[in-house]
Parts: sequence; C-alpha cells; structure tokens
Amino acid sequence: MVHQHFMLVPSLTVVENVILGMEPTVNGVLLNTERMLRDVADSCKRYKLDVDIEAPIYQLSVGVQQRVEILKALYRGADVLILDEPTSVLTPGETEELFNAVRELKADGKTVIFISHKLREVLAICDRITVLKRGKVVGTVLAWETSEGQLAEMMVGREIVYEFTKKAECGLEPVLTLESLECLSDRGIPAIRGLNLDLCGSEILGVAGVEGNGQTELVEAVMGLRDLTGGTVKLDGQDITGTPPRARIQMGVSHIPEDRYKRAIVPDFSVLQNLILGSQRDRFTRNGVSIDFAEASQFSTNMINDYQIATPGPETLIRYLSGGNQQRVVVAREFSRDPKVVIAAQPTRGLDVGATEYVRRKLVEMRDGGAGVLLISADLDEIWALSDRVAVIYEGRIVAVKDVDETDQQEIGLLMAGGGIG
Amino acid sequence: MFSAETAVAILIAFIVGAAVLAITGYSPLDAYVSMASGAFGSSYGVGQTLTQATPIVFTSIAFLIGLKAGLFNIGIEGQFLMGAMGATLAGIYLDGLPWVIHVPMTIMVGMIAGAFWALILLSYVATHFTSYLVNYPFKAPGWVAQSVKISGSAELPRILPPTQLSAAIFVAVMITAASTYFLQKTIIGYELRATGLNPSAAENAGISIDRSILVSMALSGAVAGLGGACEIMGIHRRFIQGFSPGYGWDGLAVALVGGLNPVGSFFASVLFGALRNGGMIMTRATGVPLDIVNILQALVIMFVAAPKLIRALLRREQ
Repeated sequence: MVHQHFMLVPSLTVVENVILGMEPTVNGVLLNTERMLRDVADSCKRYKLDVDIEAPIYQLSVGVQQRVEILKALYRGADVLILDEPTSVLTPGETEELFNAVRELKADGKTVIFISHKLREVLAICDRITVLKRGKVVGTVLAWETSEGQLAEMMVGREIVYEFTKKAECGLEPVLTLESLECLSDRGIPAIRGLNLDLCGSEILGVAGVEGNGQTELVEAVMGLRDLTGGTVKLDGQDITGTPPRARIQMGVSHIPEDRYKRAIVPDFSVLQNLILGSQRDRFTRNGVSIDFAEASQFSTNMINDYQIATPGPETLIRYLSGGNQQRVVVAREFSRDPKVVIAAQPTRGLDVGATEYVRRKLVEMRDGGAGVLLISADLDEIWALSDRVAVIYEGRIVAVKDVDETDQQEIGLLMAGGGIG
Repeated sequence: MFSAETAVAILIAFIVGAAVLAITGYSPLDAYVSMASGAFGSSYGVGQTLTQATPIVFTSIAFLIGLKAGLFNIGIEGQFLMGAMGATLAGIYLDGLPWVIHVPMTIMVGMIAGAFWALILLSYVATHFTSYLVNYPFKAPGWVAQSVKISGSAELPRILPPTQLSAAIFVAVMITAASTYFLQKTIIGYELRATGLNPSAAENAGISIDRSILVSMALSGAVAGLGGACEIMGIHRRFIQGFSPGYGWDGLAVALVGGLNPVGSFFASVLFGALRNGGMIMTRATGVPLDIVNILQALVIMFVAAPKLIRALLRREQ
C-alpha cells in the first residue's frame, strides 16, 4: 500500500526508511549495513526506480519520496501494490516517470491497483477500470473499450457537461484593479514584483502559471492577508489598500482558498459553525453580542439543501465530511454573501468529477450574476473550460492577458514556462 | 458530568491508589470509606468540600478560556494572587460604602487586577510582589505577614456555619454558567475558539488573531483574579502570605480533568475539593498519611489529563 500521504521518516535515509521494520541484522543485534545497501540498490536496479539511496528523505522531491514508498512495499515482497491517489502530489513530468515505473512492475508480474479520480490517467495506465460510487461497485470496464465520457457518467450517474458558454464582453469599469503590486513571500524574498491586472464584472479571468510563481501571495494580497511592499488594490474604483480582511469581506470580496484544511475551514467546528464563519458579526447576530443560532440553523438547513451538501446534519464536525462536501460548504458560505469579486484558488483540486462540475457550474453562475471571478488554477484544462480571458503569471508578474478564443494551450504553456517574452 | 473516558480514568486512579494503600499496609476500603464520608457524609463535610473546590473552579475556567484561543496561560497562580491582593486593598480602603456597592466594587478591582497582570505577563513576580506588600506597606501590626481585615461591607457572607463555605460558591456557579454561555453563544467566544482551532482560517474569515488572543488573555486573567477576590472576601477576609497552596496550578490540571469545558471543570473541582477535605478526615480517623491524597490527585491527573494535554499541544503545533 502506498498512501496518498507518505509514511516516511524525514531525517532517515532512503535505505533506512526502506528496511524499517525488517532490518537485516548481524547476530540479531547490529544492523547489517552492507546487506541493507546491497538489497535496496538491487531493488532499485531491478524495477528501474532511480533513487539516491543514501540521501535523507527530507532532501528528496515528492516524486522521489513516492518511489521510496514503492521500494518499501517491494522490499517487503509485495505482489499487489495499492497506489492511493499517487499523482495528486506529482508534476506532469514526475507522473510520466511514475507511469513508467508502474509499467515496469506490470512487466515483472506484479499487480497494481491504481486509485485515482483523474480519468485521463486511469485510461492511460490501467488495463481494467472499476468505478466505485458511495461504497458500491458501479461496474468494471476494459480501458480500451471505454472513454472519459462513459467513465464520468458511471461515476456521477448522468452525463457531465464540461463546456460552459463564454461571455466576451466586459463591464465599463473593472471591479478589481491591481496596480504595480509588490509583496514578499513567507521567506522574505520578493514574490509579487510589480503586478498589474484588471478584473471586470461578469467575467471569469483565469490566472495560469506554474505553481510557486506568486499565486498564493497574489491571493493573500488581494484578501488583505499579506502586507504589500508597494502598489494599490482597488475595488470598484475605491482604494482598499491596507484595509483589513474583514472590511474586504464586507465590501464583497469572497475567497475560495487553495488550501482547504488550512485557510478555508475549521476542521473541529461543525458544518453550521463553518457556514457562518466570517459573517458572525453581520448576518448572524441581532444584538452584536451573541450569535443568532435560530438564523444560523435556518441558514445551514437551506445551504445544505441548496448546495446538496451530504452531511448527517448541520451539527456534524466538518472534518468527517468528504473533501467534495467540505468544498461545497466553503462555496455555499462564500457565495451566500453575494460577492462582487470571487477569488477562486484551485477551487476543484482534489475533488471528484461530480463535485468538480458542481463547483465550476457555481462559478459560472456567479459570473452570470454579475460578479468578477479570478480563477487561479494550475490546471490548464480547467482554465480553458471556464475562463473568458486568461492571464499568465510568471515570477510574480502578469506576462500576458489573452482572450481564450485568440490563443491556445501551447502558447499559454510556453508563456507559463517563461518563454515568448520579449 | 464527566465523559465515559474520564470516569474510567478516575476509577483506574482509585484502583491504583488502593494498590498503593494495600502495599503500604493500610486498608484501602477503610481509607476510602472514611474519605468519602468525610467529604460528603455530613453537611459539614459537604460545606468544607465545596469550600476547597471554590477557588479551583475559578482557576480551572480561567485556564480553559485561554486554551480555547490556543493560549497556554501558565500564569494563573499569579493572576489569582493579584486578584486577591486587589480585592484586599479595595476591601480595606474603599471603606464606608454600603455592601451592595462595596462587594461588586471589590470584585471588580480583583478582576481588573487579574486581567491587568495577565496582560503584562509578569506572573512569576506576583508571589514575591504580594509578599512584599503584606510584609511592608500593607502589613497589619503583629508577627504574621498579613494585611489588616477588609471591612465588613466587602465580605461575602458565610452560608453554612460552622463551615467556611461562603457566597463565593454562588459566584463560582455563575461564572461556570456565564463562561459556558460565553464560549458557546457569543460572537467573541466563537471567534476565540476559531482562533484556537485554526488561526489561518480565522484570519481568512476576517477575525483579528491578535485581538482574539489579547481578549482571551484578559478574560482568563479576570476570571483568575475573581477567584482570588472571592477567596479573600469569603474565606480569609484579609491577605495572608502563602494563603494559596497553588490553586492556580491546580486549575491547569483540573481544567483538563474536566474535559476543557466549564461544567466539567466545576465537577472536577468538587472532586479535588473532596479529595482534599475527605483526605484530612481520613488521616484523622485511620492514620493513613495525607500524602495519599497527593498520590490520588497525581494519579487522576496522569490518567485523565495527560493524554488530553498532549493532544491539545499537538493540535496547536499543527
């Protein structure tokens, strides 16, 4: 079993991690270091897993750490490998390397169970595909006899629409204006360096970029969570630079954070308590002192119905809900404030097909209702499915803004990698 | 009252305590029976048990209010002492007021002193500072390091003579109810808990983390100060050096035994009060040394609180 979240000891080396629990010994007391090294090196060679076996884990990239997890399983003589969402942490290049390793294992006679919600990957690597829904098997199909469409339909139970109508026109005045924005990363080095961007009402503006080019800092700067070192933020033409997060929320800026567990929800709060988070001083109090639980309870019931949140009830702790349902709670909360601007950072990351479609549809609804939506996503397909315009962020600057109809993914991909700039 | 997990842990503590008694040559049954009847067997016993419990109700609730906001307030003892000293001085020098004004004023001064002391984070100094005050500027004539008596109009009445139980127990019940309401129903209580459970999400929702922490620290200190004030106004009627055997530190452990909620803290305080009071009766009746009470308290804390404390700290780390 290779878990989605790795079970490695960061300060130990690859070899030490692999043998942990089945240490070869001399006389049952001392570690047989030579055999450890030889055995693990043999495994690497045999399955063509390229790993520096004497490096400590914390120095290795996520992709390599995953290979160590696979090595661990193989070292224990596993014939059946279960990979749980193995690509969710990998870059496209690392994913390709993983697939090669999996093919190698298959050729060696091993059985691999590959758990994923990414249809394209399942089709690329698997021979047979079983679809699970709410703990039941919907069906098993052969990979070369099926399609993304059929699989999605099996998963959701109906046809899935990924195509949304686009709107080309833009309001006269932008709802959100960022001028010469500058701020630092957590490590104190410049992350946003003179960024300019206009977001109009009634549009979805996709921000494409390789992760780590300032997306996180951009979102936090817009929300007032990160201090600026320069530049201005305007909402509806009004300068809101330096106003605290609460004022921005009240003025109509909503935020779907990229890191759900860290920024969006309080895991040990109930669904109800998470739904009122941020509005506890406005909508959910009548006297400014105590929370109006009658109103909160009514609101939660409505949201659970409207947004089809699968939960035993409003009092259930949100940590017990699936990721998709947690995200529905976040979306319900943010959109119920009737925002002018929606900052959606990786809004469908880690969600299943049904929840992904749902969140996307809601984003389009917000746009059609007049809101400006800033969609920050690492997934070009998502940007293409939703955006009216696409901006490319590279090293803390917006290097291009294009109409989606006038560009293609190759051009944007090149810009994301820092190519094609004067 | 207590969760099943806690009840079992308390039971195990008493079983291990029985083993200790048996090994040292005493009859566990005799000891426990005399302890229980001493603590709860007469109205005198109940009165003294509640008297012992009262200060810990305040200090334990003070501790948990801080912890809810993610704050580890280890200065409760100092805030308790400062509250006691503030109340003593108000009780002595605001003389000539009718009691309907003097009692609340004295309580207020105690709470403000505790809150103020919490905010300036000088808790360890409080023991020495209050000792200085009752040894020099405010020392009563005589050999004992104590202040003069507070005036009668600042006293909380004794309600079950001849026990020392005073109206402070009603204040303790009120603070238990009020802090439950505060944490569960008010905006600020909600914001404190959000801050304690996930500061990043709280910040994202527009809650000021700094303000939440400041507020919880001040409230924590105010409740500790209130406890100190009540102890002076109800029991001692003057500040005596060393009058607190460490109620602030007890509060920390009792809050955890009580499952980090005010009602649980109240009952855990009664348990500790009963151990202390019943223990003294037991010593007199059976000759079992009083140390067994310390052993029992330590065992209860070990079995109930230690896992919770570790979990709470781990959550804060994340």
